[in-house]
Amino acid sequence: MARIPVQFTLNGQEKAEFIESGATLLNVLRDRMGDTSPKGGCQQGTCGACSVIIDGELRLSCLTLAETCEGATIETAGGLANGSELHPIQQAIVDGFATQCGFCAPGMVMAIKVLLDAKPAPSREDVVEAISGNVCRCTGYEPIIQAVLSVSRSNSQQAV
Amino acid sequence: MALELQTFSSSAEASAALRGGGKSYLGGGSLVVRAVNEGDVRITGYVRSTDKALTSIATDGGRARLGASVTMAQVVGCEALSELAPAAKLIGGPAVRNVATVGGNLFARSPFGDFTVALLALGATVHFTDGEMDIDAFLAARETVTDERGIVVAVSFDIPPSGRFRFLKISRVKPKGVAVLTIAAAIGTDAKGTISEARIALGCMSDRPIRAEAAEKALVGSELSESGIAGAVDVIGEGTAPITDPIASSWYRAEVLPVHFRRLMLD
Repeated sequence: MARIPVQFTLNGQEKAEFIESGATLLNVLRDRMGDTSPKGGCQQGTCGACSVIIDGELRLSCLTLAETCEGATIETAGGLANGSELHPIQQAIVDGFATQCGFCAPGMVMAIKVLLDAKPAPSREDVVEAISGNVCRCTGYEPIIQAVLSVSRSNSQQAV
Repeated sequence: MALELQTFSSSAEASAALRGGGKSYLGGGSLVVRAVNEGDVRITGYVRSTDKALTSIATDGGRARLGASVTMAQVVGCEALSELAPAAKLIGGPAVRNVATVGGNLFARSPFGDFTVALLALGATVHFTDGEMDIDAFLAARETVTDERGIVVAVSFDIPPSGRFRFLKISRVKPKGVAVLTIAAAIGTDAKGTISEARIALGCMSDRPIRAEAAEKALVGSELSESGIAGAVDVIGEGTAPITDPIASSWYRAEVLPVHFRRLMLD
């Protein structure tokens, strides 16, 4: 099959690649662009481990064809840290012991980022709704929820 | 191996490209790419259209027209469709709602297709590149109808006035979960509170959404009270063949249907 060109912005960097038509964004990110932060879990859109942000929307990279992202702005968990300085969401998850095996964490972080970008001080119900598409098979949901709420409290204090 | 994606600017061109079989129309990908990832070898390629009309919502004179590529997130965010928002919001998590489309939902097999249950209760019309048909006829023939009429481009329906439309999805996991069953009802009453018209649609009670016609007949002329709906509750399961899946057995679904129907009517 002939390869086709695709260009998009990944974590602030322009990327251009020749890919197989019909390749999923998950496979292109991991295998062609070296960003292994989105995880291939169920490949069915059920677990949320592959979650990325495309043009500000939370999306499942396992169900998204890469060529439909032409010209898009894509954010992944791999691009959140600033050098050795973790993003506040990542730091809250570390501080709150909110990761166990860690497989769901990159997808969770992106779902949380979309929530906090839109609503810096969400309710607990908002948090549960925001991560409802992300499965943690270690069942560590409560520490994750508490970590998000701690970022929310921090945001509120900074706003005062 | 990845399957080739063909992109067309018009729905008519996309419809033409689908003729000949094997290829599947790509909306948001939550059904088709999922099937390919799962190893469905019947799908040999993707076809999509970037026609802007497919992603637009139009409301005029109390009637809504939703392009087939309108997502559940768009429905949730549309003020004019606030009566339908609770149904759209119960479909998947946020990432799924950003891609799951109205058109795709029409083809979802049970236990999916909750939004189509709502559309069936509302008596929606399904529009193709070539013609239109009512949703009852569409659902009966959905495996083959696009061969003759082209792709689904939109659905339209009368926007229900406040209080007329009722929707209930029962799932084991909250807030996101696959349906045990889904019930949607459009109930019209006269000035005295007597039910003058009723359309009731059920999800998971067959391989696709179906009407509960016996219950509809039983409701008309009654009141929305415990005694008024008793006859409808008795026959709500008539003509159903509930699915069995890892969520629930056919027996369980049949047993709880009257309970949830009664609650929905009296809520």
